[in-house]
Amino acid sequence: MIKFDPQNTAECLDILSQMNQYVDGELAAEICHDLEQHLSECQDCQVVFDTLAKTVKLYRSLHDTPLEMPTGVEERLLKRLNLN
Amino acid sequence: MTGLQIHLSIYDDEKQLLIGLQRGDNDACTCFVKQFAPLVYTQAMRMVNDPDEAESILQTTFIKACAKIGEFEGRSGLSTWLYRIATNEALMFLRRQQTPRVSIEKVDETVQPGDMPHNLNAWPIDPAHQVLDGEIRAQLELALVELPENLRLVFILREIQELSTEETAITLGLSISAVKVRLHRARLRLRELLADYFNSEGDAQ
Ligand SMILES: [Zn+2]
Repeated sequence: MIKFDPQNTAECLDILSQMNQYVDGELAAEICHDLEQHLSECQDCQVVFDTLAKTVKLYRSLHDTPLEMPTGVEERLLKRLNLN
Repeated sequence: MTGLQIHLSIYDDEKQLLIGLQRGDNDACTCFVKQFAPLVYTQAMRMVNDPDEAESILQTTFIKACAKIGEFEGRSGLSTWLYRIATNEALMFLRRQQTPRVSIEKVDETVQPGDMPHNLNAWPIDPAHQVLDGEIRAQLELALVELPENLRLVFILREIQELSTEETAITLGLSISAVKVRLHRARLRLRELLADYFNSEGDAQ
């Protein structure tokens, strides 16, 4: 495993702090340009960006993906509401 | 197909369902439960991570929703409205659980060293081109539960419930900037947890 090393990557830290807004498309255009420039030259940041965006995408897909309710939960709820 | 099923299916339409609910029709209520209970249960479970408590939040949410359905104005969807009730119930439970949280609140409104990316390997999957299989989904839920509560709640409301930053701030009683920082921290932490999973899953590179 590689470590994100702030010693030789002060710029990477800057980039990291802007990445959240970048993922959301909320970053101002000029800053976007600098960030993209950095990503094209820095593989670590490129991977972090790419996997961060994937993380967000994966979790957003949970919005309409319910867990399976354990047995009896629905039945007890209907009973509580006098519906059966 | 029995008559009952045909009758119930008109409630697949949310407008019809609402009319039925406001009329106090039992079939409408049953449909309401069948359609939305899993989503409400899931929401509660992700927030409190305790099946018994999630069930109790589920029940309270529906009891309150049925009692207040006359006040529902339909400005948001029914599910959004239900989520809001469930979120408040879950938050009340978490607050009851908690020893004073003031001291925790103060320290963590900046990105912490422990949030920094460590695993810098690319992932073998692209979620955009893939239907989520059960195992990945289970992994997402597991990682979520590993987040500290203050990060998890922001992440759930913002990312999964799709509330805005402002709505999340109001719901949790946080500042806008605290919501933003916590969301950033939560994403970084989850990315790290998933990176470890995906890299151990995929073929060795
Ligand atoms: Zn970099």
